Amino acid sequence: MKILVCITHVPDTTSKIQFTADNTKFDSTGVQYIIGPYDDYALARAVELRDQASGKLTVMNVGEADSDPTLRKALAIGADDAIRVNAAPKDSYFVAQQIAHYAKEGAYDLILMGRESIDFNGGMVHGMVGELLGMPSFSPVMKLDVDGSTVKMAREIEGGKEMLEASLPLIAGCQEPIAEWKIPNMRGIMSARTKPLNVVEPVSQETQAEASKYELPPAKGAVKLVDKDNVAELVKLLKNEAKVL
Amino acid sequence: MSILVYIEQAEGKVKKTSLEAVSFANALAAQTGEGDVIAVALGTIGNEELASVGKAGAAKVLHGAESKLDAGVIQAHASAVAQAFNLVGAKTLVLAKSSLGDAVAARLAIKIKAGLVSNVVELPKTDSGYLVKRSIYTGKAFAETSVTTENKILAIKKNAIDLKQDGAAAQVETFDVALEDADFASKITSTERATGDVLLPEADIVVSGGRGLKGPENWGMVEDMAKILGAATACSKPVSDLEWRPHHEHVGQTGVKVAPTLYIAIGISGAIQHLAGVNSSKCIVVINKDPDAPFFKAADYGIVGDAFEVVPKLNEALKAEL
Ligand SMILES: Cc1cc2nc3c(=O)[nH]c(=O)nc-3n(C[C@H](O)[C@H](O)[C@H](O)COP(=O)(O)OP(=O)(O)OC[C@H]3O[C@@H](n4cnc5c(N)ncnc54)[C@H](O)[C@@H]3O)c2cc1C
Ligand SMILES: Cc1cc2nc3c(=O)[nH]c(=O)nc-3n(C[C@H](O)[C@H](O)[C@H](O)COP(=O)(O)OP(=O)(O)OC[C@H]3O[C@@H](n4cnc5c(N)ncnc54)[C@H](O)[C@@H]3O)c2cc1C
Repeated sequence: MKILVCITHVPDTTSKIQFTADNTKFDSTGVQYIIGPYDDYALARAVELRDQASGKLTVMNVGEADSDPTLRKALAIGADDAIRVNAAPKDSYFVAQQIAHYAKEGAYDLILMGRESIDFNGGMVHGMVGELLGMPSFSPVMKLDVDGSTVKMAREIEGGKEMLEASLPLIAGCQEPIAEWKIPNMRGIMSARTKPLNVVEPVSQETQAEASKYELPPAKGAVKLVDKDNVAELVKLLKNEAKVL
Repeated sequence: MSILVYIEQAEGKVKKTSLEAVSFANALAAQTGEGDVIAVALGTIGNEELASVGKAGAAKVLHGAESKLDAGVIQAHASAVAQAFNLVGAKTLVLAKSSLGDAVAARLAIKIKAGLVSNVVELPKTDSGYLVKRSIYTGKAFAETSVTTENKILAIKKNAIDLKQDGAAAQVETFDVALEDADFASKITSTERATGDVLLPEADIVVSGGRGLKGPENWGMVEDMAKILGAATACSKPVSDLEWRPHHEHVGQTGVKVAPTLYIAIGISGAIQHLAGVNSSKCIVVINKDPDAPFFKAADYGIVGDAFEVVPKLNEALKAEL
């Protein structure tokens, strides 16, 4: 089985979000970059499936050279090789076109992605790639087992989940508890240095919805504390001041 | 010309977030002169319920009444909505963000060659160009996005607009959906859904518990509060990891993102990853025994105290007042 996992290179979840250049650029000063947490779940499950089926696992990122350490980390976690499409990810459609092209070329049986990126939170790339390739796409997937060419999945829906059955090839946008995050071990880190990381060029420049300007939400006012022995006061405030009851 | 809205149902009722999408489209049509708002509903659903979508601002509802569409089969819904889009000659599709909505919108974007913007928080600026404000970095910032395609899809975030409730009944028309076997290549074998409860992503009030509650046996008082307030229950990630609560209740960076008018956090420290899922709430109340818990910095109101003392008292006070 050939598996592809698409990973984002995104600011750590604790990063302070700031912008520069008159609010037109993300300020990466002091920001640590990580594999997107949802992509990390997808990768962890892919490593398990690859080991079960003695298949091959490729990771892919659409990004510039600063993504390379993130791809190396995925190799350390267990991917066999990596592909970087050498372009800044301009919008979901731009990214989807690159992934669709190189995924087709690689003829993967299973394509796993994260449920959504944690920078632009689109939750769209898997569906777009699915439509571009004429492959079914499912998201958010919280359980995925492969038995021959049959795939059994659980997909989260509002207030519950649905169980699904489909056939390979397919695309899934993953979230927990599909697998537990894997931490690279020393051997993984050593071997990652020599695993192939192929840089390829973008196949299209087309975009549809690029961001032009950024803005931070207004600062929150100070909390109003209510004494623990006077909870009725809180109810009054919620009713009369905040008007939310 | 018209704006098309994809509306979803749960147990035969149109979702409130879908009605917000209709209200949004109604205001957008008034702004851009795109004519009427037409909603498209799929699967078995009563005529009266569909006509009531008019209150939120739809002139007409196209009903693809095929029972095969009762289940949210992603590919089939995407092709049905694409057919409706072409049928009415729309240029803009509006829908509410949801588990099914997102998956359908992404495939549609390719089918109808539309620029897609997700997490839209307010009406676009359309006087020159087409600028859409969306929430990014999990609620920690906004981006103004310029859409350059002729066809457009806007997936709106909860509370992007006030619900319109004074429209006239919509005209309901059935339309024949051409379905292909390929659209049903995947099968939904079963569905598990908490019934009767308020759905978390839709809820106006959310009562949420964290590891400070010590164990699943202590959730009675949380459920009591939810019942008194007509709220949905939620939890922090460790709580669902420990299986004290089901996974679909976990809010935060890696869980459900909620935007209620009132979010009550009990025994939750307020880690940045938790806040990422709740920072769009209108009003946040925090109950925590540690005055230095980071959640107080993100809260509007707070009580420093032991949840096991405060919550039962608060429940009594709420009952007395409501
Ligand atoms: C400098 C910079 C500027 C950017 N400017 C914009 C902008 O103007 N507009 C905009 O929409 N985005 C912009 N982003 C791109 C951002 O990285 C988004 O992740 C990307 O657009 C994908 O969109 P999404 O959030 O809809 O992804 P989602 O649909 O939420 O992602 C779902 C899954 O798709 C896969 N995926 C997503 N992106 C990639 C990728 N790049 N490589 C490999 N797999 C991927 C992952 O598995 C991910 O979990 C910018 C990023 C950078 C670094
Ligand atoms: C990549 C990543 C993603 C993550 N995603 C999420 C996410 O989506 N959602 C999420 O929630 N977390 C997420 N986390 C975890 C997050 O960092 C925190 O560990 C988690 O939110 C803590 O949960 P908690 O507040 O319930 O528990 P704790 O941090 O243990 O806090 C318990 C709180 O309860 C209080 N308390 C204890 N006893 C009482 C009492 N008797 N009465 C009142 N208060 C009491 C304590 O003072 C404390 O503040 C993520 C972490 C990472 C690294």
